[in-house]
Formats: sequence, C-alpha cells, structure tokens
Amino acid sequence: MIPAPFTYLRVGSVQEALDALAEYGDDAKLLAGGHSLIPLMKYRLATPKVLIDISGIAELSGVTFEGDSLVIGAATRHAIVEHSPVVKEHCRLLAYTASLVGDPQVRNRGTIGGSVAHGDSASDLPVSLLAMDAQFTAQGRNGTRTIAAADFFVGFWQTALTPNEVLINIKVPLAKQRWSYQKFTIRSQDWATVSSAVYGNAVALGAMADIPIRARDVESALLQGADISQAALLADHNTSPSSDTRASSDYRRHLARVLTEDGLREALARN
Amino acid sequence: MTTRVNISINARRYEYEVEDRTLLVHFIREQARLTGTHIGCDSSNCGACTVLLDGQAVKSCTLLAVQADGQNVSTVEGLTGSFNGLSPIQEGFRQEHGLQCGYCTPGMLMACTALLAENAQPSESEIRHALEGNICRCTGYEMIVRSVQWAAAKQVQQ
Ligand SMILES: Cc1cc2nc3c(=O)[nH]c(=O)nc-3n(C[C@H](O)[C@H](O)[C@H](O)COP(=O)(O)OP(=O)(O)OC[C@H]3O[C@@H](n4cnc5c(N)ncnc54)[C@H](O)[C@@H]3O)c2cc1C
Ligand code: FES
Ligand code: FES
Repeated sequence: MIPAPFTYLRVGSVQEALDALAEYGDDAKLLAGGHSLIPLMKYRLATPKVLIDISGIAELSGVTFEGDSLVIGAATRHAIVEHSPVVKEHCRLLAYTASLVGDPQVRNRGTIGGSVAHGDSASDLPVSLLAMDAQFTAQGRNGTRTIAAADFFVGFWQTALTPNEVLINIKVPLAKQRWSYQKFTIRSQDWATVSSAVYGNAVALGAMADIPIRARDVESALLQGADISQAALLADHNTSPSSDTRASSDYRRHLARVLTEDGLREALARN
Repeated sequence: MTTRVNISINARRYEYEVEDRTLLVHFIREQARLTGTHIGCDSSNCGACTVLLDGQAVKSCTLLAVQADGQNVSTVEGLTGSFNGLSPIQEGFRQEHGLQCGYCTPGMLMACTALLAENAQPSESEIRHALEGNICRCTGYEMIVRSVQWAAAKQVQQ
C-alpha cells in the first residue's frame, strides 16, 4: 500500500509551518511522527496534497521547566518522554504512560503532540494528560492561545485545534501526586480496550466515549469519603463506550470499574 | 512531486530521485535492491520491516524515504561480526533455532540489535518487552528469547 501522491515540505520553524498552512489551506496536513497519519494515508483514508514535516523544528522538541510546570515540546517523541530523567522524576505518570504506547518502534517515531492532535479516545497519553489537567499551547497566525485539557478533546478524532494552528507544547503540573495508569489490552502490544488514569483525586478514562473523559462521579464520591471500591463502581456513569471487535460496550463498562478500582488502590499504595 | 533523496544504508550512500510518497521500505528494497528487509503486514503491526534509523529501531513501512533523507539506515545485510562473519545476535539465532520460516527474522534481528546496543544484559521480561513490535508466526518466541540471551552471554564473555 502506498499513499496517494502528495508534495512533501520540510519546515525549520513554527513560522514556516504556519506560512505553509496558510498557503495550502485544507490541502495540507502537518506531519510529526507520522505513526497515525502515514497508516491512514496508506489506506487512503487521508489524502492530503501537501505534507508539512514539523518533526525537525528544534523549538518543538524537548522537555523544559516553566514556573511550576514541565513543558513538553509537541514534537517530542514518545521514547524521549518515556526515558527522560526529568520527566521520570517530576511526572512519573507521564513517563509511564508514554512507555505503554504501542511498541519500541512506534515510540521511536510517534510524538506527544501528534498523539493528542490525532484525538483518538483509545490513545494513552491524552487520558493521563486529562487527569493531570494539562495545558495545551497552540500557535496560529494571530498569536498563541492556551487550551485546557478539558476543552481540548471535542469529538471523535476532533480537537479544539483549528486547521491553521500548530500545537507548540503541553504543560503538565510539577506537583507530585499519587498516580496510576491502568491499560487493558487484548494483546501485549495493542491500543487500550479501556484505560484509566489516576492523578491525585482526578480519574480519567480512555475508550469510554468519543473522547477521553473524566470520571466525575468517582471523583466526587471520593471527595465525600466513599471508599475505593464503592467509588469505582461509579466509573461508567455518564460514559458511552462503543461495541467493536475488541469488546462489547458492557464489557468496557465492567473494565472501567475494575481498572479504576485497581488504579485507585495502586495510587494509594504509592502514597 | 519527486525529491532527490540521499540515504546511507549500511555505510554506503544511495541517492535516487523518488516520488515523495515512496516508503522507506520500498527505497531499501527497490531502489537500493537490499531485499533482506521484508514487508509482512504493510500496516505497521508486524515489525518484519524493522531497520535502524540513526541507530533506533523503526518500522520502514511507516516512514517515507524523504523523512530519512540525510540519515543513516542499517539493515540486516549490514550485520557482521566475529562468528564466521555473523554478529552475536545472528549466531544466537543459529545456535538457539530462533527462526523457522525466517520471514520475521530480519526485523527481529534488527530489533534485537537495537535492544542489545541499549541494554547489554536484558532480563527475559526486558527482551519480551523490547520485541513487542515484532510478530513471529512460527517460533512461539521462546527460541527467540533464548537467542537473545545467547548473544547477551557471548557479549559478556568477549
Ligand atoms: C502499530 C502502532 C501501534 C500504536 N499503538 C498505540 C497505543 O498503544 N497507544 C497510543 O496512544 N498510540 C498508539 N499508536 C499511535 C502513535 O502513538 C502515534 O505516534 C500518535 O498517535 C501520533 O503521533 P505522530 O507524531 O506519529 O503524529 P502524526 O501521525 O504525524 O500526526 C497525527 C495527526 O496529528 C496532527 N499533528 C501532529 N503534530 C501536530 C502539531 N504539533 N500540531 C497540530 N497538529 C499536529 C497531524 O496533522 C495528524 O493529523 C500506535 C501507532 C502504531 C503505528
Ligand atoms: S511490514 Fe512494516 S510493520 Fe509489518
Ligand atoms: S520464523 Fe516464521 S514468522 Fe518468525
């Protein structure tokens, strides 16, 4: 399988990427790690006429500090996030989640920005970023804006990014909270059938709706003093999991409860 | 669109004018005529097409040749060593029967090469984790794990 013909452009700065997006409009797509986009293009489910490769933009990759946040460049590859001593020390949840994305080859190419911009609710990193209330920085021709994780994912494979914006970085809090990430897969290397992230008192779920969502009823039950097993029973409240070849919707509801209970217990044990 | 792409494969330069949509695996097999790298699933799942790009294991069916422009690729043809010309991991596969039909083997060897370069003494679970991106339909993985252990032990002895 090969993609439909296109023109490949390698850009060296965010400004060049924005200029190219403005010039080619709907015909263009940004290319980061290519590990969601290239498979889609091979299946001809995506047929951009122009690919703008942002993976070489130095300012988009790497991990830095800013105030009480860790700033991860959008084009930082999963393997870097997984192994970064800084991320491992200051944000274990993020490093651990990155280590479960696909397989080593996928993590050597895929980027955190591509993963969130793709907006798949079965992806791993978005779930943990939502639990951490991460902030997403987007840049357009008219400047930059910050989007809260809770507002970033808007629908099936849809995010709050507009087609002429570039995601610049993702900011996560440095606060050391108890954490856990539970991913249920059918095979050792697979997308999550369901996943559950715990960060402090926050609980987020993957593959339980069109977008990653917070388990608000679990969170408020915990705040009101419910014990873990009672609170976890509420994990599938206000969810709309689909039935597909991996699992039925009922089984996903069951998994959400079990994984949330396991996650809350693991997080507590880490306290 | 076409682009002049220059990739060093196993320390030899290959320069061709290719369509931008040319996949790296096709550049390797059809332009450079190095057919040791296999295409299995052609959908990013099986790892048969694994090569090293600047030392890191990648699936060459999920990269464009233009993305690798100016970089160094290593394929199975480039593996060499002191075991009658074979590298320790290749000899490990021979000693421990790490292959049957051989279809997955070039990708397995490259993924194992990347693993041992990073972690000379991997535990069994580290080996299995590192090979999650490579599917083998024949061996049941046991002999592949033993092949890696054989190579790791030999590296210590040497
Ligand atoms: C075999 C396989 C297994 C996988 N398993 C998992 C898994 O278990 N869990 C998981 O979470 N993911 C998994 N993935 C997906 C992987 O994590 C991808 O790398 C990721 O989803 C997309 O990142 P990318 O950098 O490759 O993005 P690309 O494919 O380059 O881009 C994806 C989309 O995001 C847009 N985009 C990219 N960067 C930006 C930016 N900075 N600003 C705006 N838009 C941008 C692109 O235009 C495109 O629409 C798997 C992929 C493969 C091939
Ligand atoms: S052929 Fe590339 S992963 Fe299967
Ligand atoms: S030896 Fe046949 S697929 Fe692995």
